[in-house]
Amino acid sequence: MRSTIDRKLRKILEDVLGLKPGQADAFTNETGLFGYLPELDSMAVAGLLTEMEDRLDIVIDEDEIDGELFETYGNLLNFAIAKQEDA
Amino acid sequence: MKATIYPCPLPGGAAASELALTFDRGRQHRVLVAPALFDEANRMRRFTVEVMRRLDGAGIDSILPDLPGCNESEQELAQVEPEDWRMGLEAAARHFGATHVLAIRGGGLVLPDKLPGWHFAPVKGASLVKTLLRARIISAREAGREEDAAELMERGKEQGIELAGWPLSAEMLRQLEALLPSKRGDLIPVDQEMIGGSALWLRAEPDEAPDQVDALAAVLTVGLAQ
Repeated sequence: MRSTIDRKLRKILEDVLGLKPGQADAFTNETGLFGYLPELDSMAVAGLLTEMEDRLDIVIDEDEIDGELFETYGNLLNFAIAKQEDA
Repeated sequence: MKATIYPCPLPGGAAASELALTFDRGRQHRVLVAPALFDEANRMRRFTVEVMRRLDGAGIDSILPDLPGCNESEQELAQVEPEDWRMGLEAAARHFGATHVLAIRGGGLVLPDKLPGWHFAPVKGASLVKTLLRARIISAREAGREEDAAELMERGKEQGIELAGWPLSAEMLRQLEALLPSKRGDLIPVDQEMIGGSALWLRAEPDEAPDQVDALAAVLTVGLAQ
Protein backbone atom coordinates (compact mmCIF):
# COMPACT_ATOMS: atom_id res chain seq x y z
CA MET A 1 0.00 0.00 0.00
CA ARG A 2 2.69 2.43 1.06
CA SER A 3 4.74 1.93 -2.08
CA THR A 4 1.75 2.54 -4.38
CA ILE A 5 0.90 5.82 -2.65
CA ASP A 6 4.58 6.75 -2.60
CA ARG A 7 4.90 6.15 -6.35
CA LYS A 8 1.73 8.07 -7.18
CA LEU A 9 2.67 10.99 -4.94
CA ARG A 10 6.11 11.31 -6.53
CA LYS A 11 4.47 11.35 -9.97
CA ILE A 12 2.06 14.12 -8.90
CA LEU A 13 5.00 16.18 -7.63
CA GLU A 14 6.82 15.61 -10.91
CA ASP A 15 3.76 16.98 -12.72
CA VAL A 16 3.32 20.01 -10.47
CA LEU A 17 6.99 20.91 -10.38
CA GLY A 18 7.85 20.00 -13.95
CA LEU A 19 10.59 17.60 -12.83
CA LYS A 20 12.18 15.18 -15.24
CA PRO A 21 10.81 11.62 -15.09
CA GLY A 22 12.44 9.88 -12.16
CA GLN A 23 13.79 13.09 -10.61
CA ALA A 24 11.31 12.81 -7.74
CA ASP A 25 12.73 9.33 -7.01
CA ALA A 26 15.57 11.13 -5.27
CA PHE A 27 13.18 12.62 -2.68
CA THR A 28 13.70 11.24 0.81
CA ASN A 29 11.36 11.71 3.74
CA GLU A 30 13.53 14.64 4.78
CA THR A 31 13.42 16.43 1.41
CA GLY A 32 11.97 19.87 2.09
CA LEU A 33 9.16 20.66 -0.32
CA PHE A 34 8.73 24.39 0.26
CA GLY A 35 12.45 25.10 0.42
CA TYR A 36 13.36 22.79 -2.44
CA LEU A 37 10.42 24.04 -4.49
CA PRO A 38 10.04 27.78 -4.01
CA GLU A 39 7.64 28.16 -6.91
CA LEU A 40 4.74 26.51 -5.05
CA ASP A 41 2.13 29.28 -4.83
CA SER A 42 -1.43 28.95 -3.52
CA MET A 43 -2.82 27.95 -6.93
CA ALA A 44 -0.16 25.27 -7.37
CA VAL A 45 -0.76 23.92 -3.87
CA ALA A 46 -4.52 23.87 -4.53
CA GLY A 47 -4.02 21.98 -7.79
CA LEU A 48 -1.67 19.55 -6.07
CA LEU A 49 -4.26 18.77 -3.37
CA THR A 50 -7.10 18.26 -5.85
CA GLU A 51 -4.90 15.97 -7.91
CA MET A 52 -3.95 14.00 -4.80
CA GLU A 53 -7.66 13.51 -4.08
CA ASP A 54 -8.34 12.29 -7.62
CA ARG A 55 -5.37 9.98 -8.01
CA LEU A 56 -5.21 8.63 -4.45
CA ASP A 57 -8.98 8.48 -4.00
CA ILE A 58 -8.97 10.45 -0.75
CA VAL A 59 -10.82 13.53 0.51
CA ILE A 60 -8.84 16.39 2.04
CA ASP A 61 -10.51 18.92 4.32
CA GLU A 62 -9.41 22.51 4.01
CA ASP A 63 -8.59 22.75 7.71
CA GLU A 64 -6.04 19.96 7.35
CA ILE A 65 -3.91 22.08 5.05
CA ASP A 66 -1.08 23.85 6.83
CA GLY A 67 2.53 24.75 6.23
CA GLU A 68 3.77 21.69 8.09
CA LEU A 69 2.15 19.42 5.51
CA PHE A 70 4.52 20.69 2.83
CA GLU A 71 7.59 21.02 5.02
CA THR A 72 9.01 17.68 3.91
CA TYR A 73 8.16 14.95 1.45
CA GLY A 74 7.80 12.55 4.40
CA ASN A 75 5.10 14.74 5.97
CA LEU A 76 3.05 14.81 2.79
CA LEU A 77 3.48 11.07 2.23
CA ASN A 78 2.46 10.19 5.79
CA PHE A 79 -0.57 12.45 5.49
CA ALA A 80 -1.62 10.72 2.25
CA ILE A 81 -1.15 7.27 3.80
CA ALA A 82 -3.18 8.19 6.89
CA LYS A 83 -5.93 9.61 4.66
CA GLN A 84 -6.12 6.46 2.58
CA GLU A 85 -6.28 4.30 5.71
CA ASP A 86 -9.23 6.43 6.88
CA ALA A 87 -11.06 6.03 3.59
CA MET B 1 -2.20 31.99 -37.91
CA LYS B 2 -4.67 34.82 -37.91
CA ALA B 3 -6.63 36.71 -35.26
CA THR B 4 -10.21 37.23 -36.38
CA ILE B 5 -13.58 37.87 -34.78
CA TYR B 6 -16.80 35.89 -34.56
CA PRO B 7 -20.31 36.98 -33.51
CA CYS B 8 -21.04 35.63 -30.06
CA PRO B 9 -24.63 35.73 -28.74
CA LEU B 10 -25.43 37.73 -25.61
CA PRO B 11 -28.32 36.91 -23.30
CA GLY B 12 -31.39 38.74 -24.59
CA GLY B 13 -30.67 38.23 -28.27
CA ALA B 14 -27.87 40.75 -28.93
CA ALA B 15 -24.43 39.71 -30.12
CA ALA B 16 -20.90 40.70 -29.15
CA SER B 17 -17.73 40.30 -31.14
CA GLU B 18 -15.22 37.88 -29.68
CA LEU B 19 -11.73 37.13 -30.86
CA ALA B 20 -10.67 33.80 -32.36
CA LEU B 21 -7.24 32.55 -33.33
CA THR B 22 -7.46 30.61 -36.57
CA PHE B 23 -5.39 28.47 -38.90
CA ASP B 24 -7.85 28.70 -41.74
CA ARG B 25 -7.04 27.71 -45.32
CA GLY B 26 -10.54 26.47 -46.14
CA ARG B 27 -9.59 22.83 -45.83
CA GLN B 28 -11.82 19.78 -45.39
CA HIS B 29 -11.27 19.19 -41.67
CA ARG B 30 -11.87 22.15 -39.38
CA VAL B 31 -11.30 21.64 -35.66
CA LEU B 32 -12.93 23.93 -33.10
CA VAL B 33 -10.72 24.12 -30.00
CA ALA B 34 -12.52 24.48 -26.66
CA PRO B 35 -9.84 25.92 -24.37
CA ALA B 36 -9.04 24.99 -20.78
CA LEU B 37 -10.68 27.20 -18.13
CA PHE B 38 -9.42 29.68 -15.51
CA ASP B 39 -5.77 29.29 -14.48
CA GLU B 40 -5.44 26.19 -16.60
CA ALA B 41 -6.25 28.32 -19.65
CA ASN B 42 -3.01 30.22 -19.11
CA ARG B 43 -0.90 27.16 -18.43
CA MET B 44 -2.35 25.30 -21.44
CA ARG B 45 -2.38 28.21 -23.91
CA ARG B 46 0.98 27.56 -25.53
CA PHE B 47 0.38 23.81 -25.68
CA THR B 48 -3.02 24.43 -27.28
CA VAL B 49 -1.73 26.80 -29.96
CA GLU B 50 1.24 24.52 -30.66
CA VAL B 51 -1.16 21.62 -31.29
CA MET B 52 -3.03 23.88 -33.73
CA ARG B 53 0.24 24.69 -35.47
CA ARG B 54 1.00 20.97 -35.88
CA LEU B 55 -2.52 20.38 -37.23
CA ASP B 56 -1.99 23.21 -39.73
CA GLY B 57 1.19 21.48 -40.89
CA ALA B 58 -0.80 18.28 -41.32
CA GLY B 59 -3.40 19.99 -43.51
CA ILE B 60 -6.07 20.53 -40.86
CA ASP B 61 -7.72 23.88 -40.08
CA SER B 62 -8.39 24.89 -36.49
CA ILE B 63 -10.14 27.67 -34.59
CA LEU B 64 -9.52 28.77 -31.00
CA PRO B 65 -12.27 31.19 -29.90
CA ASP B 66 -12.08 33.42 -26.84
CA LEU B 67 -14.88 32.54 -24.46
CA PRO B 68 -17.09 35.44 -23.28
CA GLY B 69 -15.46 37.09 -20.25
CA CYS B 70 -12.02 35.58 -20.97
CA ASN B 71 -8.84 36.83 -22.69
CA GLU B 72 -9.66 39.80 -24.97
CA SER B 73 -13.42 39.61 -24.40
CA GLU B 74 -15.27 42.83 -23.57
CA GLN B 75 -17.82 40.92 -21.52
CA GLU B 76 -17.45 40.92 -17.74
CA LEU B 77 -16.61 37.49 -16.40
CA ALA B 78 -18.68 38.26 -13.27
CA GLN B 79 -21.80 38.33 -15.49
CA VAL B 80 -21.01 35.15 -17.41
CA GLU B 81 -22.29 31.61 -16.84
CA PRO B 82 -21.12 28.31 -18.38
CA GLU B 83 -24.14 28.25 -20.67
CA ASP B 84 -22.80 31.50 -22.26
CA TRP B 85 -19.54 29.70 -22.97
CA ARG B 86 -21.39 26.80 -24.56
CA MET B 87 -23.37 29.20 -26.72
CA GLY B 88 -20.17 31.03 -27.66
CA LEU B 89 -18.52 27.79 -28.79
CA GLU B 90 -21.66 26.84 -30.68
CA ALA B 91 -21.67 30.23 -32.42
CA ALA B 92 -17.98 29.88 -33.30
CA ALA B 93 -18.57 26.35 -34.64
CA ARG B 94 -21.34 27.68 -36.85
CA HIS B 95 -19.49 30.80 -37.96
CA PHE B 96 -16.31 28.97 -38.95
CA GLY B 97 -18.01 25.80 -40.19
CA ALA B 98 -16.21 23.51 -37.74
CA THR B 99 -16.33 19.79 -38.53
CA HIS B 100 -14.76 18.51 -35.30
CA VAL B 101 -13.92 19.65 -31.79
CA LEU B 102 -10.86 19.36 -29.59
CA ALA B 103 -11.65 20.14 -25.96
CA ILE B 104 -8.85 20.78 -23.49
CA ARG B 105 -9.61 20.01 -19.80
CA GLY B 106 -12.58 22.13 -18.61
CA GLY B 107 -13.36 23.21 -22.18
CA GLY B 108 -15.04 19.83 -22.52
CA LEU B 109 -17.70 20.87 -19.99
CA VAL B 110 -19.27 23.45 -22.30
CA LEU B 111 -19.21 21.80 -25.72
CA PRO B 112 -21.72 22.43 -28.48
CA ASP B 113 -23.88 19.43 -29.34
CA LYS B 114 -23.22 17.18 -32.28
CA LEU B 115 -19.60 17.99 -33.16
CA PRO B 116 -17.52 14.80 -33.01
CA GLY B 117 -13.98 14.96 -31.71
CA TRP B 118 -11.62 14.57 -28.78
CA HIS B 119 -11.46 15.62 -25.14
CA PHE B 120 -7.94 15.93 -23.75
CA ALA B 121 -7.53 15.25 -20.00
CA PRO B 122 -11.19 15.53 -18.99
CA VAL B 123 -11.99 17.13 -15.62
CA LYS B 124 -15.16 17.53 -13.56
CA GLY B 125 -16.53 21.03 -12.99
CA ALA B 126 -16.61 20.30 -9.25
CA SER B 127 -12.84 19.67 -9.26
CA LEU B 128 -12.18 23.02 -10.93
CA VAL B 129 -14.37 24.80 -8.38
CA LYS B 130 -12.71 23.01 -5.49
CA THR B 131 -9.22 23.96 -6.67
CA LEU B 132 -10.17 27.64 -7.05
CA LEU B 133 -11.83 27.62 -3.64
CA ARG B 134 -8.75 26.04 -2.10
CA ALA B 135 -6.41 28.55 -3.70
CA ARG B 136 -8.44 31.34 -2.11
CA ILE B 137 -8.44 29.69 1.33
CA ILE B 138 -4.71 28.96 1.20
CA SER B 139 -3.76 32.49 0.18
CA ALA B 140 -6.10 33.95 2.83
CA ARG B 141 -4.41 31.74 5.40
CA GLU B 142 -1.00 32.96 4.26
CA ALA B 143 -2.30 36.47 4.89
CA GLY B 144 -3.43 35.46 8.38
CA ARG B 145 -7.17 35.17 7.64
CA GLU B 146 -9.21 32.01 8.16
CA GLU B 147 -12.00 31.32 5.68
CA ASP B 148 -14.44 28.43 5.68
CA ALA B 149 -14.95 26.49 2.45
CA ALA B 150 -18.62 25.65 3.02
CA GLU B 151 -19.45 29.22 4.02
CA LEU B 152 -17.63 30.68 0.99
CA MET B 153 -19.42 28.27 -1.31
CA GLU B 154 -22.82 29.08 0.15
CA ARG B 155 -22.22 32.81 -0.16
CA GLY B 156 -20.84 32.39 -3.69
CA LYS B 157 -23.89 30.50 -4.87
CA GLU B 158 -26.10 33.31 -3.60
CA GLN B 159 -24.26 36.43 -4.68
CA GLY B 160 -21.19 35.38 -6.66
CA ILE B 161 -17.62 35.36 -5.35
CA GLU B 162 -14.04 36.06 -6.36
CA LEU B 163 -11.92 32.91 -6.27
CA ALA B 164 -8.17 33.07 -6.96
CA GLY B 165 -8.64 36.33 -8.83
CA TRP B 166 -11.61 35.16 -10.94
CA PRO B 167 -14.88 36.98 -10.30
CA LEU B 168 -17.48 34.23 -10.60
CA SER B 169 -21.22 34.74 -10.77
CA ALA B 170 -23.57 32.73 -8.55
CA GLU B 171 -24.86 31.03 -11.69
CA MET B 172 -21.29 30.20 -12.78
CA LEU B 173 -20.63 28.42 -9.49
CA ARG B 174 -23.96 26.61 -9.42
CA GLN B 175 -23.71 25.32 -12.99
CA LEU B 176 -20.00 24.58 -12.96
CA GLU B 177 -20.20 22.42 -9.86
CA ALA B 178 -22.65 20.09 -11.58
CA LEU B 179 -20.95 19.85 -14.98
CA LEU B 180 -19.40 16.53 -15.98
CA PRO B 181 -17.34 15.60 -19.04
CA SER B 182 -19.60 14.43 -21.86
CA LYS B 183 -19.94 10.69 -22.30
CA ARG B 184 -21.00 11.04 -25.93
CA GLY B 185 -19.75 8.16 -28.05
CA ASP B 186 -18.41 10.46 -30.76
CA LEU B 187 -16.21 12.33 -28.28
CA ILE B 188 -13.03 10.38 -27.62
CA PRO B 189 -11.31 10.97 -24.27
CA VAL B 190 -7.52 11.33 -24.54
CA ASP B 191 -5.80 10.90 -21.18
CA GLN B 192 -2.44 12.31 -20.20
CA GLU B 193 -1.01 8.76 -20.15
CA MET B 194 -1.85 8.38 -23.85
CA ILE B 195 0.35 11.30 -24.88
CA GLY B 196 3.05 10.70 -22.25
CA GLY B 197 4.97 13.19 -20.15
CA SER B 198 3.66 15.05 -17.14
CA ALA B 199 0.55 17.21 -16.91
CA LEU B 200 1.19 20.81 -17.99
CA TRP B 201 -2.05 22.10 -16.42
CA LEU B 202 -0.72 21.14 -12.97
CA ARG B 203 2.55 23.01 -13.31
CA ALA B 204 3.37 25.61 -10.70
CA GLU B 205 4.95 27.57 -13.55
CA PRO B 206 3.88 27.46 -17.20
CA ASP B 207 5.95 25.14 -19.35
CA GLU B 208 5.90 23.56 -22.77
CA ALA B 209 6.30 20.00 -24.00
CA PRO B 210 6.86 19.51 -27.75
CA ASP B 211 6.62 15.72 -27.42
CA GLN B 212 3.14 16.01 -25.90
CA VAL B 213 2.10 18.46 -28.62
CA ASP B 214 3.27 16.02 -31.31
CA ALA B 215 1.45 13.14 -29.64
CA LEU B 216 -1.90 14.90 -29.31
CA ALA B 217 -1.72 16.31 -32.83
CA ALA B 218 -0.96 12.78 -34.06
CA VAL B 219 -4.06 11.40 -32.33
CA LEU B 220 -6.20 13.89 -34.26
CA THR B 221 -4.35 13.54 -37.53
CA VAL B 222 -4.61 9.75 -37.49
CA GLY B 223 -8.25 9.92 -36.39
CA LEU B 224 -9.17 12.31 -39.18
CA ALA B 225 -7.36 10.24 -41.80
CA GLN B 226 -9.57 7.22 -41.07
